[in-house]
Amino acid sequence: MASRRWTIAVAVFGLVAIPFIFTDNNYVLSLMILIGLFGLMATGLLLLMGYAGQVSLGHAAFFGLGAYTSAYLTTRLGWSPAAALLIGIVVSLAVAFVIGLAALRLREHYLALATLGFGVIMYTIFKNAKAITGGLDGFFGVPPFSIGSFVFADERASYALVWGAVVLGLWFAANVLHSRAGRAIRALHDSEFAAEALGVNVFRAKLDVFLLSAAYASVAGSLYAHYVGFINPQLFDLVTSITLVAMVIIGGNRAIIGGVLGAGVYVVLGEGLKAVVPKLIPTAGGEFELLFFGLLIIVIMIFKPEGLTGFRWPTALRPGREAR
Amino acid sequence: MDAFSQLLQLLFAGLTVGSIYALIALGFVLTYNVTGILNLAQGEFAMLGALIAVSLVASGIPYGLALVGAIAAVSLIGGLFERLALAPARGASTATYLLITIGFSFAMRGLAIFVWGTQPYALPPFTSDRSFSLLGAVIQTQSLWAVALSVLAFGALEGAFNRTYAGKAMQACVINPVAARLVGIDPKRMALYTLAASAGLGALAGVTVAPISGASYGMGLMLGLKAFVAAVIGGLTNAPAAIAGAYLIGITEALVEGYLSSSYKDAVSFLFLLIILLYRPTGLFARAEGKRV
Repeated sequence: MASRRWTIAVAVFGLVAIPFIFTDNNYVLSLMILIGLFGLMATGLLLLMGYAGQVSLGHAAFFGLGAYTSAYLTTRLGWSPAAALLIGIVVSLAVAFVIGLAALRLREHYLALATLGFGVIMYTIFKNAKAITGGLDGFFGVPPFSIGSFVFADERASYALVWGAVVLGLWFAANVLHSRAGRAIRALHDSEFAAEALGVNVFRAKLDVFLLSAAYASVAGSLYAHYVGFINPQLFDLVTSITLVAMVIIGGNRAIIGGVLGAGVYVVLGEGLKAVVPKLIPTAGGEFELLFFGLLIIVIMIFKPEGLTGFRWPTALRPGREAR
Repeated sequence: MDAFSQLLQLLFAGLTVGSIYALIALGFVLTYNVTGILNLAQGEFAMLGALIAVSLVASGIPYGLALVGAIAAVSLIGGLFERLALAPARGASTATYLLITIGFSFAMRGLAIFVWGTQPYALPPFTSDRSFSLLGAVIQTQSLWAVALSVLAFGALEGAFNRTYAGKAMQACVINPVAARLVGIDPKRMALYTLAASAGLGALAGVTVAPISGASYGMGLMLGLKAFVAAVIGGLTNAPAAIAGAYLIGITEALVEGYLSSSYKDAVSFLFLLIILLYRPTGLFARAEGKRV
């Protein structure tokens, strides 16, 4: 217990220190912000995949719902970003509720397939609802996030905002898993039948965690729209959904930090490959890094289904194991 | 062009695309039946087949030989995929297999970028690039090939299943893997054959569609997913129903594209998927309601 507190203390201290270490290096901060945003989404998806054992191949849709709701309400209707973010969550929850109500009655791979279909349909809507989303050209000029008169304008403020949300998200997720609803969610992973026999309302538990994961993606979407200032449908397509799944697989489900860890590995490895590989192989372009991530997914699924959090970490570095 | 000719034109375009979906969907159903694996990478076999054929033709190998070579090469890749990625995970959950095939799909797309880059390639048609007109609609010869091949492939598959030892053995694995093993059939070897055959079917679809719509590293994803929707419409285990499903979404897409807008055509197929999953999880043509929930 004591070592866990230390780990958390060291991690939080590290997070706070980063903007002071890299004072004039916006690249590091922007990477960290990206990791935070993906990490937030991956944490939600981790609850769904890693703990409840349900696969969603359409989570980019909720990312998009949050992003477009925030973009539209703040830019076109002049709402405050915080209110728009909350409405984004409501919209995502409502959509997730309808999808969940229908799809979560199906078992295992059928949910994956239904969410896959849902994701493609939402992508088509983002592409075609030009009046709201700007269509394929994208949505320009989303203002930075602000609370009252404080504007999160520069890189450091955005960093604080995003990672504040991540820490809050992790804290909330860890607490959820310890609650009665969380125990019901975790019971699904090993056997739905056993869970049902023990009195867990399986459908309700699945719906709960699906809604929660949609809310995480929606918040990440809102923050993304405000941070980058520009969004287009391509950000919310099937490849993004699958990328999120890959992050969760890489991070693994032995600790709640798995989603953030997976996002970190994905972003850093992706940037590293983009920097190094084209120098060695000049023809490499586009999304060539998919080769490496694809192989990584296969290797992890075969040899280490628990992902990175499944390794025996030195006590001092062990990501909080409380979640399992 | 009058309204009737336009309709005919769209129907034939739909039939052509549907045939391509059907070839890939056949591989999908075959894999699912024998191994219980949902292979979301099925479309990548089509992409690999098309691009390998392009390269073989470019290297001066006679056209027919290049097509056969491409299909054989992709079958080999399918077999390797089974040996190296699926077999080691034997006994894993459906979700794990699903994720492995997604990983494979990623890997093949990335690999294709390394080998062929991101630009599209053209492949000459099988016989002639002439088109002819039928009641005012213009029909390409390659489209006839596509339709004929989808029917032929189904026939060949049925024949192989019912008349050869390997086919009967595969059927035995579908019906009862434990009993099949008891009478000396090796389900592992059957899984290998199945993946190789499915990959070959995918490659055949790839080389057939390439002369019509070109070949590029990204073509596999949508082709595979549409074929997969077709398979779901057919109930995942029923080959003729999957082919019917493939024609159904091919024609629907063509009609939506022709009368509404091409930007909605993908959404329509996946709407089909959702509706089928929610209301008829056993497929549109299932005789009895099975329990899938």
